[in-house]
Amino acid sequence: MSAVLEVRDLEIAFGGVKAVDGLSFTANAKEIIAVIGPNGAGKTSAFNCITGFYKPTGGSVLLNGVDITGKRPADIAHEGVSRTFQNLRLFHDMTVLDNVRAGMHLYGGQNFLDAIFHTPRFRRSEAHYTAEAHYWLDFVGYRGRRGVPIRNLSYGQQKQVEIARALARKAELLLLDEPAAGLNHSEKQSLLELVRRIRDLGTAVVLIEHDMGLVMEVSERIVVMNFGKEIADGTPAEVKANPAVIEAYLGKDDEDEEVPAHGDA
Amino acid sequence: MTIDNSTESIHTVEAEAKKRGFGAWLSSIFENKYIGLVALGIALLMPFLIATPYALNIMTTAAIFVVLAAGLNIVVGYCGLLDLGYIAFLAVGAYTAGIISKAFELPVLFTLPAVIVMCILAGLIIGAPTLRLRSDYLAIVTLGFGEITRITANNLTITGGPSGIFGIPGFLVIGHIDFQNPVIFYYLTVIIVAGLVLAAARLGRSRLGRAWKFVKEDEDAAEAMGIHTYKVKLLAYIFGAVWGGFGGMLFASHLTAISPMSFVFLQSALVLMAVVLGGMGNMKGVVLGALAISLLPEFLRDFSSYRYLLFGILLVVVMVFRPQGFWPPRGAEAERTKAERELAALANGLKK
Repeated sequence: MSAVLEVRDLEIAFGGVKAVDGLSFTANAKEIIAVIGPNGAGKTSAFNCITGFYKPTGGSVLLNGVDITGKRPADIAHEGVSRTFQNLRLFHDMTVLDNVRAGMHLYGGQNFLDAIFHTPRFRRSEAHYTAEAHYWLDFVGYRGRRGVPIRNLSYGQQKQVEIARALARKAELLLLDEPAAGLNHSEKQSLLELVRRIRDLGTAVVLIEHDMGLVMEVSERIVVMNFGKEIADGTPAEVKANPAVIEAYLGKDDEDEEVPAHGDA
Repeated sequence: MTIDNSTESIHTVEAEAKKRGFGAWLSSIFENKYIGLVALGIALLMPFLIATPYALNIMTTAAIFVVLAAGLNIVVGYCGLLDLGYIAFLAVGAYTAGIISKAFELPVLFTLPAVIVMCILAGLIIGAPTLRLRSDYLAIVTLGFGEITRITANNLTITGGPSGIFGIPGFLVIGHIDFQNPVIFYYLTVIIVAGLVLAAARLGRSRLGRAWKFVKEDEDAAEAMGIHTYKVKLLAYIFGAVWGGFGGMLFASHLTAISPMSFVFLQSALVLMAVVLGGMGNMKGVVLGALAISLLPEFLRDFSSYRYLLFGILLVVVMVFRPQGFWPPRGAEAERTKAERELAALANGLKK
């Protein structure tokens, strides 16, 4: 089985700074991959390259073997990639349902004449959109009101809606950028379980996350980045034992000598 | 995961409505789905109340202004593209209708296909290069295009130069019915305008209309959902242009004479003001705003030379106390009913 996503030697430079420098990994259907690394390691830049928001300066991104490197974000979404953003990017003045409907734009099913004359085709497609929106909101476990503008919702609920919107796209590849940021413990537990259910739909899930506990528990493979470079790629156990990873997170031994040990403070 | 919907608080909707009292009463009137029909009924009854040529002239002009505001609302209100040269499309529509009907001695109605084609072309020509720009730049470039259109009309011989075109044939004559008769023309205008307002409102509630609003709120997020933001913006521009073209056609046959003086920047600004004052993105509010902008100066005529001063002060007061406009979009829709919720829960259970 060929990989859903294949990233080869991905590279992006902003001026002289190489934000991503030679990142390679693959993600298969029904697999959860985590991309981790200290702040500024280039994780979000890599996501932006994969989804077309940045044009990579080197390397390639393949989706089901098709090269999508450097295409427009909308075209890449069309090919079957969906994503969430690090800092919620919802449509604040629109209702919860409308926000989820955004993910269904590519379903089509009506044109402007249908809309102007309210043809049966239009009514059918609108009913379908609404039913799907409710379905995905139920799927992510959203329990709040659905006909109100998104800005009235709590942060946790907004995160749920953003995932529902990304799921409504029914993409083969879902990129989640820090889905657990700002969530409390029980919300994180539901998220963990939700990510697994998304995987069970047959989706390849790639997530960026800082919460190590969550990452170790949920992911099948972990890609570790530091200063734009990929320093490890393996199962949670392998990554945990990798000296380069330990060094990236805890610092070198000689650096430790300069800084007093935590126990002393 | 079990789906526990017991906390989905439908009942609070009604509770809130009761709490708000007067506001709720007012909004129940304003959000009534028949309000559009009531407004149309009032418009149709007006000639029975007052049918002086002066009144009919003002009312017809106001109706044409409504269609312009509806068109600009697609561009500014739905899609969030600040267009300061919208009147250019009125000019394109009016000149196309005027030139063709005069050259071929045709009733103005028959120029409609040409008007639509020309407006789509104008929308493409102005929109294609400018819509890659972001807001402030777009505003300046559209301002420039508006002026270019007027100055071009001022200098070409086919458009009649500064004196424009006059003696444009009537709208249509069927047997003994001359649509150029002020009363009949008023009714015709109201019907066409009502149709276009309804069409624009319906577009706003469709897949395309939602795409416009997504682009307005967050272009990157819209793009990530597979929406071609550039195409969608161009479509908004073209729809706006066609609405403007309809306005231009009515304008040309209403006045039977057009000149570049009718298409100055002030007119673009007034249409934009109608959209902002009424409530960007809500077609009902925009119609109200257009009526206010076109009729208020007439009501203030008693104050003679001070009327535009008063008009300006009124606008400032409205914008200070109600910056979102008289009647902004509500941003709410129906919740799921209890039955639908249970049905969905059941279906989801089966899928698992």
